[in-house]
Amino acid sequence: MEKKDQDPKSKSAKTISRRGFIRGAGLSTAGSVLLTSNVLALDYKEQPAVGKAFGPGAMTIKMKVNGTTKSLSVEPRTTLASALRDHLELTGTKVVCDRGACSACTVYLDGKPVNACMMSALDVGDKEVTTIEGIAKNGELHPVQEAFIEHDASQCGYCTPGMVMSCVHLVENNPNPSLEDVKDATRGNLCRCGTYPHVFKATLAAAKKTI
Amino acid sequence: MNKFSWYEAKSVEDALEQVNSTVSDELYQSSEKATIFKSGGIDVFDWVKEGLLKPQMIINIRNIPGLDKISYDPKKGLRIGSNVTLAEIASDQEIKNQYLALHQAVNHAATPQLRNVSTLGGNIAQRNRCWYFRSVDHNCFRKGGDRCFARHSKTGENENHAILDNGSCVSVHASSIATALMAFNASVVIANAEGKQKTVPMDDFFVSAGEDMAMENILQAKEIITEILLPPPSKNTKSSYIKQVARESYDWSLADVAVVMEVSGNACKSASIVLGAAAPVPYRSVEAQQAIENKTINSENATAAAKAAMAKARPLSKNDYKVPLFVSTITQTILEIS
Repeated sequence: MEKKDQDPKSKSAKTISRRGFIRGAGLSTAGSVLLTSNVLALDYKEQPAVGKAFGPGAMTIKMKVNGTTKSLSVEPRTTLASALRDHLELTGTKVVCDRGACSACTVYLDGKPVNACMMSALDVGDKEVTTIEGIAKNGELHPVQEAFIEHDASQCGYCTPGMVMSCVHLVENNPNPSLEDVKDATRGNLCRCGTYPHVFKATLAAAKKTI
Repeated sequence: MNKFSWYEAKSVEDALEQVNSTVSDELYQSSEKATIFKSGGIDVFDWVKEGLLKPQMIINIRNIPGLDKISYDPKKGLRIGSNVTLAEIASDQEIKNQYLALHQAVNHAATPQLRNVSTLGGNIAQRNRCWYFRSVDHNCFRKGGDRCFARHSKTGENENHAILDNGSCVSVHASSIATALMAFNASVVIANAEGKQKTVPMDDFFVSAGEDMAMENILQAKEIITEILLPPPSKNTKSSYIKQVARESYDWSLADVAVVMEVSGNACKSASIVLGAAAPVPYRSVEAQQAIENKTINSENATAAAKAAMAKARPLSKNDYKVPLFVSTITQTILEIS
């Protein structure tokens, strides 16, 4: 009996993911732009800025993400969120409202929480990006991540990466946060499931463990 | 977002050389090859994502050196560079000590993530948040259209809209920080392409909808905000700020009030009272100021001033709640001074 998953046609169809398709389409556009305008890959930061515009086609930039410098091809309109998700496959960063209103896309820029959806990848410059993938160290979850599991601080999970980013930033910068401090830190993070009380408990518990 | 090129400006002159339009000009009547400024980019990217703004080039003014400083001098006052972020203002101890209402307004504006990116220049220059203005499907007055959708007494969703000076556009200004800045009699320093510079009081920086439907401030294409100045407080200057929102977490203002007073004991010698989310631009209530000046700061006088501020209020079909909300918020903000 023929098994469906052994059918070569259905297998090849499965290997084309939506994200892979988006990235592939982006790269082929980039290739054509590079050819027609005869511009070689350039390091954005080292270019003289006066009297020179970048784009609108793709260019190769360097970006320091989670401690590693990556090369990627972006257009000026490529948001940081898209650069991370579609180009670097760091899909832990979620895009929900895409307008800076829900903070699901929270990453750190030089250690400060920002919305990756509301900036161009070119805005990063030589700043260091930290994503949710960079929070666990040497295979060990951060105490905030452990506490989120322990206190059931996640329902549908879509706000969770952004929520964790806000809470980790808090406990790393305030060793003894109050409930009000946790509320302040997560004011931008929308959770439609309403898991806030568990997020607060988890973060306060994690802060105690971090000390 | 449409395809656009990117210019990394290295100086104010460099940026002014490249720019040929403003977000406001483009929203009212778009041009083919618009080049516009962005700093933090929160408002600009919002418009581009909606497809209402299609720039050919974005000029990044965020990294221009020298526009990111805060300096305070007891004799000269406070200077805040246009590229200073809201987070930097919120954490500045001198601003908290000397300009409490500004500190409070900044702390209640936007989210922690946005405050780390949004700049003061961009905050006061951002366009209003009326959902019809922000919608591709509604060609309102502000976008060169022929009607105001919010005003309609039956279909207009106008619960967040203006109750004062709402004769033409009924939107409210998006910057609650501007409420506090105006109460402190701040000025905006604007440089132009001819190398000239002007200092404009906050009261004259904003343009009422009745004056010009196409813009909310006086900025022209070849102009850039470089600094915001606040005069030095005296030892008798006191200030307070309260913002009312629908949600406990961050939200846009339903009514916000900034009060800056010169006091003598428990009496008000002079008052600067500004209302946010009341009118299309931050609204200085001369009526409230006159009502409280040379009076003892107590509940009775504060309420009288608050009621005087609302004397000209003309609520729309769904926002009459704002009148009592402002009366209580103005009263409370004045009483915080004592």
